[in-house]
Amino acid sequence: MTLLAVLKPGGDAATALYIVAFSLFIIGLKKGTHPTSAKQGNMVAAAGMAVAVATTLLLDGMGNWGLIIIGLGVGSAVGFVASVRVQMTEMPQMVALYNGVGGGAVALIAWSELRHGISLGGDIPLEELIPTLLAAVIGSVSFWGSNVAFAKLQDLIPTRPLSVPGQQVVNAVLLIGIVAACVNIAVNNGDPSEALFIGILIAAALLGNLVVLPIGGADMPVVISLLNAFTGLSAAAAGFALDNVALIVAGTIVGSSGTILTMEMATAMNRSVANILFAGFGGAPAGGGGGPTEERPHTSIGAQDAAIKLAYADTVVFVPGYGLAVAQAQHAVKEVADQLEKRGVTVGYAIHPVAGRMPGHMNVLLAEADVPYEQLREMEEINPELPRTDVAVVIGANDVTNPAAKNDPDSPIAGMPIIEVSEAGEVIVIKRSLSPGFAGIDNDLFYESNTSMLFDDAKKAAADIAAEIEQL
Amino acid sequence: MTLFTELAILVLAAFVGFEVISKVPTTLHTPLMSQTNAIHGIVMLGGLIVLGYADDGLEYVIGTIAVAFGAINIVGGFMVTDRMLGMFSKKPKPKAEDK
Repeated sequence: MTLLAVLKPGGDAATALYIVAFSLFIIGLKKGTHPTSAKQGNMVAAAGMAVAVATTLLLDGMGNWGLIIIGLGVGSAVGFVASVRVQMTEMPQMVALYNGVGGGAVALIAWSELRHGISLGGDIPLEELIPTLLAAVIGSVSFWGSNVAFAKLQDLIPTRPLSVPGQQVVNAVLLIGIVAACVNIAVNNGDPSEALFIGILIAAALLGNLVVLPIGGADMPVVISLLNAFTGLSAAAAGFALDNVALIVAGTIVGSSGTILTMEMATAMNRSVANILFAGFGGAPAGGGGGPTEERPHTSIGAQDAAIKLAYADTVVFVPGYGLAVAQAQHAVKEVADQLEKRGVTVGYAIHPVAGRMPGHMNVLLAEADVPYEQLREMEEINPELPRTDVAVVIGANDVTNPAAKNDPDSPIAGMPIIEVSEAGEVIVIKRSLSPGFAGIDNDLFYESNTSMLFDDAKKAAADIAAEIEQL
Repeated sequence: MTLFTELAILVLAAFVGFEVISKVPTTLHTPLMSQTNAIHGIVMLGGLIVLGYADDGLEYVIGTIAVAFGAINIVGGFMVTDRMLGMFSKKPKPKAEDK
């Protein structure tokens, strides 16, 4: 039953269509790196995928149409329903799940390919067998690692780091066993053992679980990104085994771009990938005894990121402090506000009673920069509105935003009224460093998950952000 | 295609990947990760090929699951990315008060 067969596998027409497909992937990714074209880029990549799938379905000699339709139908339905139902807050674990099934598919393809090779009899060429083994190992690690990441983010298993005693030794033994078994299969390529191959899949599954379990929930996005790159590489390996150029190119691009993305994400969190994978923490500082002077994980961003966050928000509240006054940044901040208002963003200023260290000081400074009076809001007035605020921008303020005043009865500033910026959707803190403020205490706000730090002089940062928004 | 032609393609594709994703604003990290995630759904092609040419019971099962997994990866991946990127489209402002 070969109703569609028109293209010769590996023939000119099929290859030409695959080239169209991966060109669309590259264009789609390139567009995906800019906020104004990202949505379109995703469509372009999806179109590339449609071309690639259609080409494959048209290959000569394809059969088992009933099963293909079942696989496509069930998979598409599950993917569709899951992605429509998922809450925005649950996106990371959804990506983990999709990544996992991709890795699982690669491992299964490798298994099927090995069986096919055995059934043909004779020696399996090494240039086919070695990529098959690689695909099996990486695919299986990615499948199980992603599932653990999903389970952690979904709170199915504890998000805190879980580690087995002698963890690193167990991992090393597993890895050595996998390599030895692969070598055995490759050497006996005339009659490879399928049981041993299944053993490799299982050992790789264990390894995937053991590597991800000790990593804390906060680091999970980086881990998912890394596993994403792994799945790409395994797809490329499967492409070598199957002699399919679309798999090789798309898989490799995902592998390399995923690696870069992983490193950029880790850098933005002030961590290194090795640190995340092997240090075994990433939730709250373990034990809860985190002293104020120790280095704690925080997110740091640049002016461009800040500009994007602000430009696409509905409501933005600026929280100016002493740092703004010192840097004479009020005009630059007003410039940012003007740019945002031009884009239809609602802008306000939250003025703490002691902002600028002198009551009313801040109002004066801002009025001098022609900030409309009705935008200047008192603390008591703005606090109930902060939960409905998309982005709060803290500029040169510190202690007046420190949640410790509310949460920690032992804090030196306990009971001080604060502007509750952590209630806002996102917080951007513009500050020259993480150093403590006037009260000499660490500010927990800087380390919260919805806080991004922009380390710069207030005036320069505001000017940079205004320039970036103008370009969006 | 010979092994070395394929290796040449692999090396070039790796550089393309590195070049395309450089200097990405943090805000776009998650959507881009999700998009690359959808692109490795290309593995479904492998599933289609092994299933399309399969000829024994276990291979039917493995192949069908592989195709289903790949389809979840592709359909779910692109749709979730699209939803994430929805936040970058400018929402219309309902109110017409002064700016």
